[in-house]
Amino acid sequence: MSLKDEFTKGIIKENPLFRMLLGTCPSLAITTSVDNALGMGAACIAVLLASNTVISAMRSIIPNSIRIPVYIVIIASFVTMIDQLMHAFTPALYTSLGIFIPLIVVNCIILGRAEAFASRNGVLASIMDALGMGIGFTLALVLVSSFREVLGAGTFLGMPILPEGIPAILMILPPGGFITLGCLMAGLNKLQEKFTQQEA
Amino acid sequence: MTPIKKLLQVTSSPHIHSTESISSAMRDVLLALVPALLVSLYFFRVPALLLVLSCVSSAYIAEYLCLKAMGKQTPVKEQSAVVTGLLLAFCLPPTLPLWMGALGSAFGIVIAKHLFGGLGYNIFNPALIGRCFLLASFPVAMTHWITPIDGVSSASPLGMLKESMEGSLPSVTQLLVGNVSGSLGETSAVAILIGGLYLWYRGHIDLRIPASFIGTVFVLTFIIAMVNGKGISCPLFHLFAGGLFLGAFFMATDWVTTPVTKLGRILFGIGCGSLVVLIRVKGGYPEGVAYSILLMNVVTPLLDRYTKARVFGREQRNG
Repeated sequence: MSLKDEFTKGIIKENPLFRMLLGTCPSLAITTSVDNALGMGAACIAVLLASNTVISAMRSIIPNSIRIPVYIVIIASFVTMIDQLMHAFTPALYTSLGIFIPLIVVNCIILGRAEAFASRNGVLASIMDALGMGIGFTLALVLVSSFREVLGAGTFLGMPILPEGIPAILMILPPGGFITLGCLMAGLNKLQEKFTQQEA
Repeated sequence: MTPIKKLLQVTSSPHIHSTESISSAMRDVLLALVPALLVSLYFFRVPALLLVLSCVSSAYIAEYLCLKAMGKQTPVKEQSAVVTGLLLAFCLPPTLPLWMGALGSAFGIVIAKHLFGGLGYNIFNPALIGRCFLLASFPVAMTHWITPIDGVSSASPLGMLKESMEGSLPSVTQLLVGNVSGSLGETSAVAILIGGLYLWYRGHIDLRIPASFIGTVFVLTFIIAMVNGKGISCPLFHLFAGGLFLGAFFMATDWVTTPVTKLGRILFGIGCGSLVVLIRVKGGYPEGVAYSILLMNVVTPLLDRYTKARVFGREQRNG
């Protein structure tokens, strides 16, 4: 695969949220507003980029039998940095994302890419993979949160769209997250089915 | 080879067919809901009629679109969507904006019924899911009650009990007739009882569920009233106020989402009754019939499994 393919596969074909169903916990929890989704996406891109680069560079010296603890230590260091940076420079976002920033350490997407990709591929390919997967995850979060914010709070990026009394509060409550994610996934599967049939 | 002459025509069971079908059963349920519908139209007038029409038509349209989208048989063959829409309208406040009723109805049909596989496969009662969706989404509109006929804003009887406005509580007679504020079809205990008994007479519902449901509520509130030194009026009030009768006769007896074994049904009713009392007495909401039935819907498969009858001739479970 070329570097371009490594980048583009994460966006649609192997989208971490919609295709691989990874990282669903933060996706359900923080997609109550587009602001949160963008913040979470940016934090994930930063951690994924750093961890993929370092793990790929160290892949020949990490002993196979203890590779998972090593990955976690590397990922946790970067998450701690991002956590401190967000605390210092974006306090509002930091408060609204809350526990889900430190929880990036156990985000399946990041450990998954380390195990499935960075530990077997070169640094440049791992960087492209991290960027693609990170952007794919961010786009998925923004898609889910757009539906939830507009339908549940009547706003988009904080701008009011629907008049008072119209939005259904349920959509920004936990059930709304499950319903939105499920319906979007069903819709995307249907779309993909259509496209693959056309190609065949 | 000469063909062997058929001496005996053999067909597989069942050998006796009933004329009863899903459509005829649904017609009976609709008929059983007519008394409560008439009472609610009398007490809440035109807004009630419009809300019922919007819920029913939205449920029917949602059902049609779902069947079409999933490539199943259209037009809609049976009236279960109409029953869902009507039951949902019955547990909504009469002043609710029409589009909210329609939205709740469509939500119940699409999310709670067809996404789970359609009629016969849904885990939860679609009408109650519609109601809970509306209550979570539009808490203000869903808790705005009016008095019958004059239409003045007023708390619901159970709300008054929760806020300990003991002085303004309606009498038990008023609750029986339905001359109190509340959801469209739940106010009149007598009208619902007539419909429920009709369904029982026609063999569509098993009295085990409503009896154990209502009985549990009565026994528990009786004990609570005795401990607190209140009279018999308190348990009676709990029986006839709110949606207990509507829930017990029409929603806790839903064929799809409740147990099929006899013991399972009794346990189901006891569970519902205990949850209702728990929510009403200790919970944050004044009314808990909808949530209690939905919570018991979840354990229905377990109840069915643990109360399965022993097959005759097989070894004993503990022997």
